[in-house]
Amino acid sequence: MIHSLFLINSSSDIFLEKHWKSVISRSVCDYFFEVQEKAGEAENVPPVIHAGHHYLINIYREKIFFVSVIQSEVPPLFVIEFLHHVAETFQDYFGECSESAIKDNVVIVYELLEEMLDNGFPLATESNILKELIKPPNILRSVVNSITGSCNVGETLPTGQLSTIPWRRAGVKYTNNEAYFDVVEEIDAILDKTGSVVFAEIQGVIDACVNLTGMPDLTLSFMNPRLLDDVSFHPCVRFKRWESERVLSFIPPDGNFRLLSYHVSAQNLVAIPIYVKQNISFFETGSSGRLDITVGPKQTMGKTVEAVFVTINMPKVVLSANLTATQGNYTYNPVTKTLVWDIGKLSQQKLPNLKGSLTLQCGAPKPEESPSLNIDLKIQQLAISGLKVNRLDMYGEKYKPFKGVKYVSKAGKFQVRT
Amino acid sequence: MLDSNKDSLKLEAMKRIVAMIARGKNASDLFPAVVKNVACKNIEVKKLVYVYLVRYAEEQQDLALLSISTFQRGLKDPNQLIRASALRVLSSIRVTIIVPIMMLAIKEAASDMSPYVRKTAAHAIPKLYSLDPEQKDQLIEVIEKLLADKTTLVAGSVVMAFEEVCPERIDLIHKNYRKLCNLLIDVEEWGQVVIINMLTRYARTQFLNPNVNESLLEESGEKAFYGSDDEEGKEEKAEAAALAKRKPYVMDPDHRLLLRNTKPLLQSRNAAVVMAVAQLYFHLAPKAEVGVIAKALVRLMRSHSEVQYVVLQNVATMTIKRRGMFEPYLKSFYIRSTDPTQIKILKLEVLTNLANETNISTILREFQTYIKSMDKDFVAATIQAIGRCATNIGEVRDTCLNGLVQLLSNRDELVVAESVVVIKKLLQMQPEQHSDIIKHMAKLTDNIQVPMARASILWLIGEYCEHVPKIAPDVLRKMAKTFTNEEDIVKLQIINLAAKLYLTNSKQTKLLTQYVLNLAKYDQNYDIRDRARFIRQLIVPTDKSGALSKYAKKLFLALKPAPVLESPFKDRDHFQLGSLSHLLNAKAGGYQELPDWPETAPDPSVRNVEVKDSVPEWTKCSSREKRKEKKVEKPFYSDSEEESGPTESADSESDSASGSGSGSESEESGSGSESEESREESESEQEDKEDEEDKRKKKKKTDRGKVKAPAVETTSGKIEESSGAEEKNRAQKVKGRRSGSESESEEEEESESESSRSESESESESESDTDAKKKKKAPVTKPPPKQAKKESKKEKKEMSLLDLDDFEPTPSPQVTPVNNFLSSSLVTDLEGLSLTDTVMAPTTIAPSGSVKTYELLHRITGEGLGVEYCFSRQPFSPDAHMVAVQIMFTNNTNAETKNLHVEDPKLQSGMRIKEFPEIELLPPGEMVTVVMGIDFCDSTQAANFQLCTHIRKFFVSIQPPVGELMMPVFMTENEFKKEQGEKKKLNPSYSIV
Repeated sequence: MIHSLFLINSSSDIFLEKHWKSVISRSVCDYFFEVQEKAGEAENVPPVIHAGHHYLINIYREKIFFVSVIQSEVPPLFVIEFLHHVAETFQDYFGECSESAIKDNVVIVYELLEEMLDNGFPLATESNILKELIKPPNILRSVVNSITGSCNVGETLPTGQLSTIPWRRAGVKYTNNEAYFDVVEEIDAILDKTGSVVFAEIQGVIDACVNLTGMPDLTLSFMNPRLLDDVSFHPCVRFKRWESERVLSFIPPDGNFRLLSYHVSAQNLVAIPIYVKQNISFFETGSSGRLDITVGPKQTMGKTVEAVFVTINMPKVVLSANLTATQGNYTYNPVTKTLVWDIGKLSQQKLPNLKGSLTLQCGAPKPEESPSLNIDLKIQQLAISGLKVNRLDMYGEKYKPFKGVKYVSKAGKFQVRT
Repeated sequence: MLDSNKDSLKLEAMKRIVAMIARGKNASDLFPAVVKNVACKNIEVKKLVYVYLVRYAEEQQDLALLSISTFQRGLKDPNQLIRASALRVLSSIRVTIIVPIMMLAIKEAASDMSPYVRKTAAHAIPKLYSLDPEQKDQLIEVIEKLLADKTTLVAGSVVMAFEEVCPERIDLIHKNYRKLCNLLIDVEEWGQVVIINMLTRYARTQFLNPNVNESLLEESGEKAFYGSDDEEGKEEKAEAAALAKRKPYVMDPDHRLLLRNTKPLLQSRNAAVVMAVAQLYFHLAPKAEVGVIAKALVRLMRSHSEVQYVVLQNVATMTIKRRGMFEPYLKSFYIRSTDPTQIKILKLEVLTNLANETNISTILREFQTYIKSMDKDFVAATIQAIGRCATNIGEVRDTCLNGLVQLLSNRDELVVAESVVVIKKLLQMQPEQHSDIIKHMAKLTDNIQVPMARASILWLIGEYCEHVPKIAPDVLRKMAKTFTNEEDIVKLQIINLAAKLYLTNSKQTKLLTQYVLNLAKYDQNYDIRDRARFIRQLIVPTDKSGALSKYAKKLFLALKPAPVLESPFKDRDHFQLGSLSHLLNAKAGGYQELPDWPETAPDPSVRNVEVKDSVPEWTKCSSREKRKEKKVEKPFYSDSEEESGPTESADSESDSASGSGSGSESEESGSGSESEESREESESEQEDKEDEEDKRKKKKKTDRGKVKAPAVETTSGKIEESSGAEEKNRAQKVKGRRSGSESESEEEEESESESSRSESESESESESDTDAKKKKKAPVTKPPPKQAKKESKKEKKEMSLLDLDDFEPTPSPQVTPVNNFLSSSLVTDLEGLSLTDTVMAPTTIAPSGSVKTYELLHRITGEGLGVEYCFSRQPFSPDAHMVAVQIMFTNNTNAETKNLHVEDPKLQSGMRIKEFPEIELLPPGEMVTVVMGIDFCDSTQAANFQLCTHIRKFFVSIQPPVGELMMPVFMTENEFKKEQGEKKKLNPSYSIV
């Protein structure tokens, strides 16, 4: 399966390597560099590269390439999923998955990788188990360790590894028993020039933070479960109960985890919270153009739309922008050719507007292509699909937990074509 | 620092060394110093030493041997984690000398108590195999052993080992197939992927193609369409063969099991698992069911771009074969300007594949917006996609062409060039109508610089120079001027153009052609020189010119077939989807071909799992011989088959069964009375059937056969019922007028059993429920003995009673002999032999064996203590009025549970309870079975009590299902007859007979 792993930063330095079978020379990465150069941008590097006798499967996260070396047939998604899992584990352990974090904790990284794969096959990947095997670093522990000489490697086999619920460790204790659920929905939409919806769907997740003592058995039910079109679960969710009763019944992992992700695709159900009127045009002569954008709220169900950003990738010939915004402020980056307009809160009375002229490169022909607007927004206390959690019940434990549910709607890949 | 006494210093040193390794620096000089610390007490130091050792052992084999003894000691450690890690490191050290030690360690670990160690053993197998492939045979033995392991932890790893060591030994899977299918959902994600991929291959070799009928239909349809007269004979034959083959397809229940058990995994959060299930459905499921995967795959598109890339590749392949599947999700493939180019191009591919007459207009509108994109590569791909849509869908060809022509005035050269190339391909299909487009393109030669586009234009003009007679020579003149500066590909086309013009319009172009050819003669590229020489010989008439020059015109201006624009994903589906090979469209090392469906299904019985050692015989008869038997024993067979029908998952099986059943019934009605022997046979047959079913449903209750005395009743009741069912059939068929009342009365009698049957899974159980009920009825009403039997039907009844008589004196048999008898009796059955009474006796006992267990205390609510109970249907010796309840305690925790006992029973009035003796100690992982007695007073009220351990109490209650309240009764033949007769009296239909 996975033979070796190389971590490569954006300046093409291999700063970590790990081999699970016999050692493979770094030179295998030359194939990767070659392809990378050809691809130009990092995100255009194909995930699977044929490199002589090997295959390189790579992912790009947080400006780091995780390049794994494969020698024989293996499902590529298997490797890709695993690499993402590695990156998430790093994030979980060190708070961020950056080059410096990995370099600072190189020993823990090594120990983790050693536990996660045996002979290239995943061994322990649940973060609950890993945390029992290898304690995550924190300041207090490092001080204690240096004084007492104790170590941050667990001595016994984590109980979860053997039980049928590998995601939860035994003997969890909290003084405050809390369970929080965040319902986060993202609107993916494409609006065309006239503002009508070409395509819209909602992608939602329920992220949970559960700090409960013992072995609680939770049941989460919805007011309107039929809304969910397609779902995928954390392994803890009992599929049978969902099939028959449309409730989520599960023994939760300890700490943060993603309970459910779902999909609402019926187009009529998707309320588009804002509208955008835009007009971007370039003149045939005089190497200049005009830009006029107005944003307004629509179908917000009484909530305010916050944190609105409009991002436009301008054609290469646009040199600078001279605009006035009635609300918020704008920046234009002439290197990346991106115009960002930070609007903030949308109010019903005064519609924010951005207006002005664009300066083009001298002598360059009028650009043919039309830039598209990417919109970012946030609505607190609202799940745009209308999904509502009905109740949360706990069985198996005696105490009364504190329960909380939060709703947020955001713009996902929200695009307005011009 | 490594020599220091302090652990903390050692740790610091090891950390630095590991950091060096991580950075790829060579730390092998330190080997001797590090190896010394392998026995260090500090577990973190130890782990880091292991890391070092595994990395450098290969380079320093001799020194590495020093550490081996430490691991050997570790293998015997009581801590399972240490045992496992010792095995891990030992097997990771790639030193050939220690192969025998490794082999030994793996073998031992494979039978270790801890599943974690066994899992590690499974991981070690491929390591050893890669080190020394000669150990294969021994390793296969270990794999075979581990495959039989029932824990989910091991399953994934051992299948991975199987795939790496011996993927060709498919026979090892047979026995474990059903178990793997059932465990699948509980296996960890990574294991699931490996198992599903393996099972896909397995299913391809073992089951029939579910789409075989459809593909045959398609084929024959096609043939009929194209078939010419001379082929007719052949065609007919083929069709006949096809028809012969087109018998109703019956899906193997195991095939169904696989599809059913993998379906929930489409909801997995792991993209690899979803993809694995998707490919399994794509390769194995009947056409109608494949659709379910589309939704899940579309969901994956929200994931990381790498996942998107792989999924889109697979979707692209799928859309070629099964377009309908993804059509509802067309919009999910719309492209955003923020997608990376490679994703855009793949989405475009999918959109193009999905295009058909109905949705083409929306797709083209989408394409129009894409052309304005800033990403030039993507624009070029879009133009090609438009070209493909135009070739595939005739109606929009003109629209596309017009759109492309408009693009020719685009300012971006790349766009124009790409359009030219695509237009060229499109024009080839219908050149006559579009001479104006050609003229327009001819003008473009002045501006366009992209060689491919220039070459395309020149080729077009040359090819259709007759349509544009005035322009063509002019173009050639211009080209001749710039010839020396052109790219090779353009030069070749200039020569072509010149030659073609020379042939059609030699007056105007003779000199020009000569000039071009002369230029080409001295070109740097030998291809061009070659071509020039060749063409000169061919077209310019000289004295020596051969016969070919006559045909020059034909050669150059032959009608060329239009190119077919095809998807690059066209033939990729011969690779297993989701595999690396599929992605690269080239065979990767170690890729296992997906085998074709077999013509006929291999023997499905190989997958039957033997519950006990002594019953291999019945496995053979499971499906095929069953069908043969139908002819011999139709009348009775039909009953049992009909009953089993609903429980079978294969849809059409029950159909065919009932069909044959009805036929056989009518046969029976004609034949009057039957011989006693055959009747007897049939009964045992029926029971065997049920027995089989029980097993098939995996109701492998260990307590089978424990039932001793109560079996008498169950058996008797059973026979009664089965014969009753026969009567029912008979009555319905022969005496149609009475059928209404008959069935009614039957229903009355069975009403309770009926309801319980619908719920209960095991048929035999419900049956025993019925008779238990009957038994309960019996003592209450005491009617006069039954009248003499005059009907043949009653004779049969008598016969069945006779069996019981014979049985009664036999002492309650032991567990194993029962099965011995069972199997042997079945074998004799199959051979059509009549049974002796002694053989008959034990067979009748068997059906009551499968007892349903109920959960008293779930292991989660019980904090690791799981309690199940069942009604053992044995007499409770201390008190005859009590019902024996068998309670099984399982300790799932790591700690001992002490002092298990019953406390504080809360009972309904009249109910009594006899507690089981206190269990002193229940060690972790162990199971203990005790029997307690409860007198339910013939009510179905629950008995509530507390179950206490040394730490806490659990409130539990036992509620008896109706059929489980019974009393052991011993009776003689006459008594039984009496009772039975009495029961019949209750039933009006019998009196009419």
